[in-house]
Amino acid sequence: MIAYLQNLLGPAWPVVWTLVKIVAIVAPIMGAVAYLTLAERKVIGFMQVRMGPNRVGYFGLLQPIADGLKLLMKEIIIPSAANKTLFLLGPVLAIAPALAAWAVVPFDVDMILADIDAGLLYILAMTSVAVYGVIIAGWASNSKYAFLGSLRSAAQIVSYEIAMGFALVGVLMCAGSLNLGKIVVAQAGGFWQWYWLPLFPLFIVYFISAVAETNRAPFDVAEGESEIVAGFHVEYSGMAFAVFFLAEYANMILVCMLAAIMFLGGWQPLLDVAPFNMIPGFLWLIIKVALLLFFFLWFRATFPRYRYDQIMRWGWKVFIPITLVWIIVVGGLMQTPLAYLFH
Amino acid sequence: MLAKIKTVLSSLMLVELLKGMALTGRYFFARKITIQFPEERTPMSPRFRGLHALRRYPNGEERCIACKLCEAVCPAMAITIESEQREDNTRRTTRYDIDLTKCIFCGFCEESCPVDSIVETRIFDYHGEKRGDLLYTKPMLLAVGDKYETQIAADRSADAKYR
Repeated sequence: MIAYLQNLLGPAWPVVWTLVKIVAIVAPIMGAVAYLTLAERKVIGFMQVRMGPNRVGYFGLLQPIADGLKLLMKEIIIPSAANKTLFLLGPVLAIAPALAAWAVVPFDVDMILADIDAGLLYILAMTSVAVYGVIIAGWASNSKYAFLGSLRSAAQIVSYEIAMGFALVGVLMCAGSLNLGKIVVAQAGGFWQWYWLPLFPLFIVYFISAVAETNRAPFDVAEGESEIVAGFHVEYSGMAFAVFFLAEYANMILVCMLAAIMFLGGWQPLLDVAPFNMIPGFLWLIIKVALLLFFFLWFRATFPRYRYDQIMRWGWKVFIPITLVWIIVVGGLMQTPLAYLFH
Repeated sequence: MLAKIKTVLSSLMLVELLKGMALTGRYFFARKITIQFPEERTPMSPRFRGLHALRRYPNGEERCIACKLCEAVCPAMAITIESEQREDNTRRTTRYDIDLTKCIFCGFCEESCPVDSIVETRIFDYHGEKRGDLLYTKPMLLAVGDKYETQIAADRSADAKYR
């Protein structure tokens, strides 16, 4: 059937086939985002000894759809003093990189949209671009709260980007490649071969930076509802607000996906023996990502928001030194007989 | 010095954060205490002060004698009463309105009533879609009383020995 279509479409085939693959990636992400919002409300509810949403559909399963419909119906209000072009560009700039970054994520052996060698670099670039959406939204709203929120968010993302980047340098040193597929292949064979073990401090730093990078609790000063109402998206309503929401959750899934690929062996099974390696690789990846996402929600249910200066102190004075030291330690150990630990 | 090293180490190992997560993690599996409201309800005292009702005697005669004590005692001035002398020379109300948007549910009307006519029931989940819907007139109050008389009588007798 694929051969027949290929024949039929001729030169248009690669474009069509790529579009099909894009839909096959983006549609499940959107579904995952929708149900991540439900999972978040459920998990936080459970940790607060509540039920969470359970009225729309069994176990609240239709809640995300009801929420989405509600937001779709609502009016998008553009403040009269806002810069209209930038105001509408903000949400687009927020969600575009969050989705574009998925192009290089390897879901399984050969299950990848764009197998480029500088995959990791591309992802870092894309997640950095995401901050422009926040900055532009905050600036274009022409509201002091939005502006303060976007300033905080920008400073925070820039600071944690460094720690995050350094944490990933450790992975590069071990894997010897920027290609995400090769990084996963280098972690083959059992969970003790995954990089979370030799690079444990980097794994922790990466994960905490990822929480900060996505502006999630306890680092969500950009939203800071107690002092700046809702931060950068205070002036947004209806679908424009929903797009920011989608971008935030898509980013959450993305950084968890990256953590799973870099430190938890991507599609590799827990143990490379019979019952485990019969489960398909992308299911392993989904399990790992779901586990990491659960931690995101767990953090949100547990920790109060950090003060702004505490966030900056952690980023600059704790995480960056730790990553630097550990990179040097890893680099040094790689020159000793212990190098096999870091293959 | 040693204590300082200890604090630095424990904050580096995220000890307190992990303790917090252990706590919320335990509660994740705890039994949920949510009351699923329309299906489940919390226990309620017989003294509960909800929607008002006007009661009747078992023979169908309305209890209210239009003494207007409730109207006088009402701190929110939510009650309006007009009365007349009936054919049989008894005094009865022609109008008995309670504006529930004014009422503060203090229960003074019930306390002041010499014939246990105006009472507050256990009903609290009623609504009006316009403001006027919450102005309860005499027929409406009597209807509430007729409908819930069993419950009202049971609540009064349960509380009788403390009055």
